[in-house]
Amino acid sequence: MLKLENVRKTFNAGTINEKKALCGVNLHLNPGDFVTIIGGNGAGKSTTLNAVAGVWPIDAGDIVIDGENVNKLCEYKRAKYLGRVFQDPMNGTAATMEIQENLAIASRRGERRTLKWGISRREKDEFRELLKILDLGLEDRMTAKVGLLSGGQRQALTLLMASIKKPKILLLDEHTAALDPKTAAKVLEITEKLIRENELTAMMVTHNMKDAIAYGNRLIMMHEGRIIFDIAGEEKKHLTVEGLVKKFSQTSGEEFASDRALLS
Amino acid sequence: MGCSVMGTIMNYFASLPGAVAQGMIWGIMAIGVYITYKILDIADLSVDGSICTGAAVCAAMMTMGYSLAVSMIVAFVSGLLAGLLTGLFHTFMGIPAILAGILTQLILWSVNLKIMGLALDKASAANLPLSSRNFDTLVSMLEMNRSLLVLALFILVIVGVLYWFFGTEYGSALRATGANLTMSRAQGINTGLAKIIGLMLSNGIVALSGALLAQYQGNADINMGKGAIVIGLAAVIIGEALFGWFAKTNFALKLTTVLLGGIVYFIVYSTVIYMGLESNYLKLLSAVVVAIFLAIPYWKKQYFSGAAHAEKKAQKAAEKKAKKEETENA
Repeated sequence: MLKLENVRKTFNAGTINEKKALCGVNLHLNPGDFVTIIGGNGAGKSTTLNAVAGVWPIDAGDIVIDGENVNKLCEYKRAKYLGRVFQDPMNGTAATMEIQENLAIASRRGERRTLKWGISRREKDEFRELLKILDLGLEDRMTAKVGLLSGGQRQALTLLMASIKKPKILLLDEHTAALDPKTAAKVLEITEKLIRENELTAMMVTHNMKDAIAYGNRLIMMHEGRIIFDIAGEEKKHLTVEGLVKKFSQTSGEEFASDRALLS
Repeated sequence: MGCSVMGTIMNYFASLPGAVAQGMIWGIMAIGVYITYKILDIADLSVDGSICTGAAVCAAMMTMGYSLAVSMIVAFVSGLLAGLLTGLFHTFMGIPAILAGILTQLILWSVNLKIMGLALDKASAANLPLSSRNFDTLVSMLEMNRSLLVLALFILVIVGVLYWFFGTEYGSALRATGANLTMSRAQGINTGLAKIIGLMLSNGIVALSGALLAQYQGNADINMGKGAIVIGLAAVIIGEALFGWFAKTNFALKLTTVLLGGIVYFIVYSTVIYMGLESNYLKLLSAVVVAIFLAIPYWKKQYFSGAAHAEKKAQKAAEKKAKKEETENA
């Protein structure tokens, strides 16, 4: 479903701020894979997701989504294959527009936007049913402006928008990091439900090792722009936080230094 | 003496229909500004040039013998092109929106002089008459009642068309672009193109108001657009402040408040002139009014929200309560 081959990206090349963000990332996702990605700060987790999303062109390598090389497709054109949820709840929705308008925008992802009316009556009914899945009572507030919602509600709505067109890949970039623990748990629960029911292929970056172990069928650890550790199936099920930390120091030759990941 | 006071007051009331007509024309212009400033979140300064372009094109074409309808359509198209230029500067060439608008404004200065010159067989002209006595114009300050009626119809059509457009799939994408670029790209919207379309639509409407203004005042003038953006912003802001309460969600009503803002602006304008203010100071006054209104939301956020302010408020309330109890005990 997704193939990354020797993907490289350097920011600010040739300046004192040069940062080799991706140093040859290779990854192959099968349809239905739900991969969690962990690693310290600056390991290249979010950069990998942004490379797939086409936020900027990559320096070298190939990105292939469902057989199509998307290297040359810009961000908005690639959007038809992708669903994206960001760390900042403000980023995924338009605050000044209604809940139903946001969903209508998302449900036209990858299609030509015409001069037909922006939302139909049939869609409103569909959206109401979809919002019920979230179990947040948003189905009764469809004409409310999204700016009135809480961070957790906005992330849940963004998840719904990201999955509404059944994307080939769902990209989740630390989408629970800005939420309080209780809300984060709820949003994760919704995430898993949507992925399962829509049979999506997903990549989820997280700082939380427990979540990385608990969710998905595959786990990737990144370090200094490379994937140093890729584990799936039965082996992943038996992972522990301690085991992961040990594995990290074995493979990278360094102590695992992110307190955030260990404490949470 | 009493007579002259009465005369002044009569003059003032006689000037009101003119103020309303001017307010309506500038209100149309302000609707164009609303599209960029409020919907796209861009402060587009090209309007100072494109209002004059619309006026110059309309006056020049009518002088050269084209019909009113054709002249006004071409004026609208010239505004679309001005917006296209700003849009390309901003998206294709990566120039910040404010600077892109200033560049277009400067380019239009030369273009406008040339357009007016063309009609007079000169290299350039700073003024071109378009009197309703010589031309079959749509509006004119000499025929106030007809002008008010025509302007009202014009506005009705413009507000209707915009209400429809911003409700469509593409119009919604345009609104989303203004609200959140990251989200819009993630949802597959070509945000660069959306900005260009928005800028074109805005400048097209502004040029149309310029064409109406030239007919109304009987000429096109190279200086007629100076500070237009400030008048447009003033109309948007005044409209929102005074009439925002009845237009919370409905888009057509929001556009109407902009229009009412324009009318209020020009009524205040003629009032302060009748109160004896030198007309020279009017631009200064409008700029100061706009500056203050723009500052209000910032000040609110800076000084009247957050923990410190809440604490102070609570403290004051507590003091008041204590005092009250004291007096009651006494």
